[in-house]
Amino acid sequence: MKFKASSLDEEDPKCSNRSGPFDLEEPLVRKRKKVERPLDANDLIYAEPWYKTVKNLHLWNTSFIDVVLISSPMGMLGLPFLTRIKGFSAKIYVTEATARLGQLMMEDLVSMHMEIRQLFGPQESCFPHWMKWEELKLLPCSLRDVALGKDGGELGGWMPLYSAADVKDCLQKVQRLKYAEETCYSALIIKAFSSGLDIGTCNWTINGPKGRIAFISSSIFVSAHAMNFDYIGLQGNDTIIYSDFSFLNATEDIEKDHNNFFPTTHDFSCPRNAENDGQELAKSLLHVDDNMEETQKLAFLSSHVIDSVKVGGSVLIPISRLGIVLQLLEQISASLDVSALKVPIYIISSVAEELLAFTNIIPEWLCKQRQEKLFSGQPLFGHVELINEEKLHVFPAIHSPKLLMNWQEPCIVFCPHWSLRLGPAVHFLQRWCGDQNSLLILENELDVELALLPFKPMAMKVLQCSFLSGIRLQKVQPLLNILQPKVVLFPKELKLINSSKSTAFSIFHYCIDETLHIPSLKDKSELEIATDLTFHFDWRNLKQGNISMTRLKGELLREHGKLRLISGNVQQSSEIRQLVHWGSPDLERLLTVLSSRGIKGTLRKAISGSESENASVVLVNDPSQALIEVKEMNTVITATDENLASIIFEAIGSILDGI
Amino acid sequence: MAIDSLVLGAGQEVGKSCVIVTINGKRIMFDCGMHMGHLDHRRYPDFSLIGPNFDQSLTCIVITHFHLDHIGALPYFTEVCGYSGPIYMTYPTKALAPLMLEDYRKVMVERRGEEEQFTSEHIVECMKKVIPVDLKQTVQVDKDLQIRAYYAGHVLGAAMIYAKVGDAAMVYTGDYNMTPDRHLGAAQIDRLNLDLVITESTYATTIRDSKYAREREFLRAVHTCVAGGGKVLIPSFALGRAQELCILLEDYWGRMNLKVPIYFSAGLTRQANMYYKMLISWTSQKVKETHSTHNAFDFKNVHKFDRSMIDAPGPCVLFATPGMISGGFSLEVFKHWAPSETNLVTMPGYCVAGTIGHKLMSGKPTKIDLDKDTRIDVRCQIHQLTFSPHTDAKGIMDLVKFLSPKHVILVHGEKPRMATLKGRIQSELGIPCYYPANNETVSIPSTHYATAVASDAFVRSCSNPNFKFSTSSWEDEHGSTSRNKNFIPRLQVTDDRVAQGILVMEKNKKAKVVHQDELPLMLGEEKHQVKFAYCCPAHIGNLQENQETESSGLSLSSTNDDLLQLLSAKLANEFSEGSLHDFGEHLQVESFHVSICLKENCPYRLRDVGVEEKSEAVFFCCSWEVEDEKLAWKIISMC
Ligand SMILES: [Zn+2]
Ligand SMILES: [Zn+2]
Ligand SMILES: [Zn+2]
Repeated sequence: MKFKASSLDEEDPKCSNRSGPFDLEEPLVRKRKKVERPLDANDLIYAEPWYKTVKNLHLWNTSFIDVVLISSPMGMLGLPFLTRIKGFSAKIYVTEATARLGQLMMEDLVSMHMEIRQLFGPQESCFPHWMKWEELKLLPCSLRDVALGKDGGELGGWMPLYSAADVKDCLQKVQRLKYAEETCYSALIIKAFSSGLDIGTCNWTINGPKGRIAFISSSIFVSAHAMNFDYIGLQGNDTIIYSDFSFLNATEDIEKDHNNFFPTTHDFSCPRNAENDGQELAKSLLHVDDNMEETQKLAFLSSHVIDSVKVGGSVLIPISRLGIVLQLLEQISASLDVSALKVPIYIISSVAEELLAFTNIIPEWLCKQRQEKLFSGQPLFGHVELINEEKLHVFPAIHSPKLLMNWQEPCIVFCPHWSLRLGPAVHFLQRWCGDQNSLLILENELDVELALLPFKPMAMKVLQCSFLSGIRLQKVQPLLNILQPKVVLFPKELKLINSSKSTAFSIFHYCIDETLHIPSLKDKSELEIATDLTFHFDWRNLKQGNISMTRLKGELLREHGKLRLISGNVQQSSEIRQLVHWGSPDLERLLTVLSSRGIKGTLRKAISGSESENASVVLVNDPSQALIEVKEMNTVITATDENLASIIFEAIGSILDGI
Repeated sequence: MAIDSLVLGAGQEVGKSCVIVTINGKRIMFDCGMHMGHLDHRRYPDFSLIGPNFDQSLTCIVITHFHLDHIGALPYFTEVCGYSGPIYMTYPTKALAPLMLEDYRKVMVERRGEEEQFTSEHIVECMKKVIPVDLKQTVQVDKDLQIRAYYAGHVLGAAMIYAKVGDAAMVYTGDYNMTPDRHLGAAQIDRLNLDLVITESTYATTIRDSKYAREREFLRAVHTCVAGGGKVLIPSFALGRAQELCILLEDYWGRMNLKVPIYFSAGLTRQANMYYKMLISWTSQKVKETHSTHNAFDFKNVHKFDRSMIDAPGPCVLFATPGMISGGFSLEVFKHWAPSETNLVTMPGYCVAGTIGHKLMSGKPTKIDLDKDTRIDVRCQIHQLTFSPHTDAKGIMDLVKFLSPKHVILVHGEKPRMATLKGRIQSELGIPCYYPANNETVSIPSTHYATAVASDAFVRSCSNPNFKFSTSSWEDEHGSTSRNKNFIPRLQVTDDRVAQGILVMEKNKKAKVVHQDELPLMLGEEKHQVKFAYCCPAHIGNLQENQETESSGLSLSSTNDDLLQLLSAKLANEFSEGSLHDFGEHLQVESFHVSICLKENCPYRLRDVGVEEKSEAVFFCCSWEVEDEKLAWKIISMC
């Protein structure tokens, strides 16, 4: 079993450019003199943006990839970089919802990029000026880290953005899956189960005749928008690839968690319990207040939004995770109603209309409470009504004529961005960054210092908020107790497990660009044999031991991750011939057997010096001429007559072991 | 082992669909419908046949779609009879079924003044027990039972159900449509390995022509009526047909720039459109693709109808529930509109016996006696909608052929037609077929598997194409004129993917399947190869018969290589290109090798072959293995 560690789904949201006119030569001269002063806007690179993807994508032989599994819309953004490589022919599996949302996000990115590209005019060459080594050397430390990576090896990860055609082509190669739909690749069955992170995000199970693997991406047990983390669907797998990297951004103290990771009461080494115990644990997992905490965060943000608009400031909310934005939208509009404020809310994006329409037609990927809305005939999300009531306005771009007619401040704007360098968000930041009453709401994962650099000095208030984005570390252990794997693969960075402790499963650590070999749990494939084939079995018992064997003939099917032998259209031959022999022949016995079948032969030593040295030869002259040459390891039959040759063959078979 | 199917409803009839299937100890109820044509105990399936305790007797219930003949008895079964186990249906069915049930309950209680069989609360409580499923989602009901829904067309959310327990698997189709319509796609299912298919057979003997011609016919009838100032009544259930016809009319109204109002009765159907909008991904591809700019269920020309408008002057089109004019509002409107010959009533293709719809369709009556006090004069036009969301006979045959199950059971049809279809399935497809009556059980055997571990070498050998050679003769068309060419034996090459291996059983060990080459090593023995070899004299004349050379010269001039090439050319006629390998020095077909023998004393030459020895004779040295015995002797006869 091989597992290649990679992070294609970790499209790096860093993008080093700034918007605004800037003299390229001047700062370089200046920078030569200075040492370690804080960055300012002039240090940034002014050029058409490039995007960072998997570090060594260019080094892979993409034709060796058989299958690509995409777990989330965000994890799809780098996919066109891969699919546009010549020779790429892998099967790509994505949930229907992720495929659609990913498509909209990519189209939006391409459209935002096209807009900024107009500022720079046509690209001078395929290799940007800033990527030249002389230029990179001159970059301030923190920017050089962004450009080259901490270990200096990430320069090759920079890519010019794909085109709309690349996106289209990429989506044509994608196979869309329903919730828990079984799809077969060769002898593997692949299924997607909700991960709870966002609408359409998923974890995977891969079952084959040689074992069962579950792949766990960033997952959330209880969600207020997406369908919950379906960990029950992941039960019964031997191997778990744990690929939730949210702990890297988690605010919790990892050291502290380390101690919680092995509470004495529930231990990895505890014996595998009956189902009941597992259910208890499952309940204890679900009864945690994750969701309440998230709701409190939303309420907190919302109260700040209300405060800002009350004093006449506008609020800018750059869109990050879709589910959170939709919830925030509901929360804010409810708060506005409570405070009897009439402040317009705008969503501005080239794909906003399609995005909102889509969220209202995928009940299958939403949480239970939202599904209940379907069953009672109400829209799945609040935005449907907000649009009808004209509290929410949706426009494709900031220059839409209708927007200009409709525009009113203070207001609340949701819009897409890319590291605050692309998209309508940039425009609104420039407009409001000097207004102390206005408010900017950012997600935590952004490097705020760097992101806001072009807009400094900022009078605008900035609120940073981090929402739960994966499994809390203290839940990893109870989760694994329920899943009961035999092998767990953790990322290298998650070395929290005390190896001296004996666990119910073995642990391996994987890291980027290294292939990890996992000992196969089953070295043999399971084969299911249809019982009607047994009617044709012709058992023979061996002299040695208690072994019996029979030839087996059928049609092999690979389906549902299983190998099956069925009778199908295969002709079961009535005449059964031994095809394999072993043992050494006894010539005297051979002559006896031959004569019992009416064949007369005489024994003769082979002519010395000839090829047939060390061979014994039986000459047959009745019923017709034939010759049997017998050596230690083989026997050759020569006859002029098909029938005689066949009888001799049977005779030899009877003095050897064989089947 | 067997699969038992107890047909509780829709056996040799249409109505109250309900089949209890027992597979390897699991018992599944497919559909829980009611019969619209009966008012007594016959309206529900006879649940007493299931056994004393429903929760213990049944593993789960699966409902295929929201039509009452498939779900009508569910609230009664769960809330009155007390079944509390799991119930599965698709998202749309869970969303839309309560509307259908509530609609029906109201008709029964408020219009017919019947004693109610279940209440609104019963419907709500019943639906709470339902677990919604997505298409193709593989649901693990318990450790052993797996179910999966496939798209069935027919109505929004309709599904065909695949169920599997251990090695036994089956499909229950529910109602389905094999051709797409205005708002729904055609049924779609994977090729599955099935023991049993239970299929509907509403149109067991009907073959239908183009749908568009029949749609045009409907539109023309409606247009003619409203153009003449008449009113069009379209009795229909809240869901399904109403939306399909409405999409059709909307489109036509737009194209013809018609201003005649289209109405929906009550709030019911309008509310249903709200559901349709959210469930748009379950509709047809075309409707789906355009949803973000224009949702096909936003009907611009459709207005709400009020009871006071029944006798208002002027033309209009009205969709009124329930379908089949079995009572309720559609009956009320019918009473008012039927006496005028300018009006039009359109009826669906199928109406349950006992309804007014059924009477209208079976010959054109001039008078209908509603009860002993009420008689309706029927002078209006009647248009029968001939397009139906059920598959026709061709579709049923296509599906059964595609799935190729081991057995077929027909339900949801009329007895004589089912008999005809059964005959076709058995004779044309060679699949045993049954059409049990209500309360009968059909028992069929199911497939089982034994498990063994397979070695890699075995699995690998099965993945390679498995060419097989066989000799067959075909008769020459002009047999009488060329007698000696009457039968030309031909070697046929086929790749039938035959897997061959050895099954080894050792005491106290798991059964093992290996490739034959692995066996000696596995047993700790040395392999002993048994081969054939024959150094046969070349019959030069034999080889040259096709070459049209003069038979006088014995071609002593030809070199040995030429002889091998002659043989090669001859073999090329007999074998496909891939199987004959010409290595110059020798030729090879499978394990059969042949070369010109240059040895004076070849050990495989039999001296006294009957022919006198000629020093100048040429020999072909041949060797082969037992697998290619037949092939070898065939080639030798050609040498
Ligand atoms: Zn139906
Ligand atoms: Zn039906
Ligand atoms: Zn020879």
